[in-house]
Amino acid sequence: MISVRGVSVRYDEVVALDDVSLTVERGRVTGLIGMNGSGKSTLFKTITGMVRPAAGTVTLDGGTPAAARRRGLLGYVPQSEDVDWSFPVSVRDVVMMGRYGHLGPTRRPRATDRDAVDEALERVELTHLADRQIGALSGGQRKRAFVARGIAQGSGILLLDEPFAGVDKKSEATIVRLLRELADDGRTVLVSTHDLAALPALADDAVLLLHRLVFQGSVADALRPENLARAFGLDVLDGGRDEP
Amino acid sequence: MSIIDLLWEPLQYEFMVRALVTTVIAAIVCAVLSCWLVLVGWSLMGDAVAHAVLPGVVLAYILGAPFAVGALVFGFLAVALIGVIRGTSRVKEDAAIGIVFTTLLALGLVLVSVTPSQTDLNHIVFGNILGVSNGDLLQIAILAAVAFAVLIFKRRDLTLYAFDPTHAFAIGLSPRVLGALLLGVLALTAVVALQVVGVILVVAMLIIPGATAYLLTDRFGRMLIIAPVMSVVSSVVGIYLSYWIDASSGGLVVVVQGVVFTAVYLLSPRHGVLLRRLRSRSAARSRATARMR
Repeated sequence: MISVRGVSVRYDEVVALDDVSLTVERGRVTGLIGMNGSGKSTLFKTITGMVRPAAGTVTLDGGTPAAARRRGLLGYVPQSEDVDWSFPVSVRDVVMMGRYGHLGPTRRPRATDRDAVDEALERVELTHLADRQIGALSGGQRKRAFVARGIAQGSGILLLDEPFAGVDKKSEATIVRLLRELADDGRTVLVSTHDLAALPALADDAVLLLHRLVFQGSVADALRPENLARAFGLDVLDGGRDEP
Repeated sequence: MSIIDLLWEPLQYEFMVRALVTTVIAAIVCAVLSCWLVLVGWSLMGDAVAHAVLPGVVLAYILGAPFAVGALVFGFLAVALIGVIRGTSRVKEDAAIGIVFTTLLALGLVLVSVTPSQTDLNHIVFGNILGVSNGDLLQIAILAAVAFAVLIFKRRDLTLYAFDPTHAFAIGLSPRVLGALLLGVLALTAVVALQVVGVILVVAMLIIPGATAYLLTDRFGRMLIIAPVMSVVSSVVGIYLSYWIDASSGGLVVVVQGVVFTAVYLLSPRHGVLLRRLRSRSAARSRATARMR
């Protein structure tokens, strides 16, 4: 479970997050919706502890972010543009990086770690591509490789930053099904996206963010026009009513 | 004269044997480090640090301290100064790097020029591989061994740091510590390479082998083999060439590495420019024939 209480983050003069409080439940998939620059990435960085909030607290499964990192609770699937896809690592290497927190100082894998990696690869159906260079995969397969890293890690909390950008519809459906299974296992899954059409199939709960918390609740309510209008900064309802 | 004689004759001189041993040591440790530098995108930073250690080395010489200590202090100082200038003024990073490393290098040259010693300015600027003493060789071997051991011991963490520092952070590692570790090894390695090719050309040994290996393979583990092998072979060839044509040894070591890089850049089966072009042309042709059918 992710619990965010009264969190504010400022970069110099810019307010990225303003007094945000929200709860992401275990065993459910939660969609985080907002425009580019609405503070979604900052919220992720605050949850991992990479950005320290000026005010407020973050609690992950009852502990601090630092404790969650040490326990290997936090699985993270980065945005596509944050990854160097020509980096000389194989799919298996990437998934093995999920195990590093469990390993000794040289991170030399043991048999149990290899088994965990094989299982995770099977779970995301990438076993046949395990020895490919990571950039040789399609957009959807790349995402699944990083999800497999979170599975191999045994993370109880999975954060996915825009996993559907540059992913075709079929792969998107595969990832949605996979995230559903992972939530059913009892994980906490938080997915940022601006793909509203995919939201009903993807998520149980939704959070709308525009520097402040705009809405938290069911997906159906989140998609009401008045909530979307506030999240996307268009006060069309008040201004639009008089239009012909 | 036979090939054997060509290879054997220089080895009759002790200074040539020491030169070759030193070069091989420096080539290996520089090449291994270069694999990470090219992937993290630290080529320019590597250049800066390699130059900026010079005043540290000279001060260590004056004070009678180990060169490595001076190099480490000034290596970190350079990176800190670059960060401060970038962070607190409107000057961008590349300009900050340019200002800091040239100023520190210049300070080093001034210190060399006022220090009474047998050390010739030219030896520091262009390397003095043929004048390496047994004491120098011992120090180089120790520094190289430390740098090499750290790199190999922490290789998986460093690769993770290069590939995905956010994940490293999320599983409780410190990207900042790993970056500092890489930086420390860089400063040590710069001292090693300084002796071989001199301060001006150090960066070549810290970038070319890794970049060459990166064009040849998609496996990091293989880069760690290919880069040092390429670097050792071209460095030894460079030293022999310098003996036979009586030209700058540091210069030739780097020129040979550059030639090898160029050949790989053009001809690498996977990522070479020529073969890639041929492949795309034949693909276009087969598409064209397919259309005509």
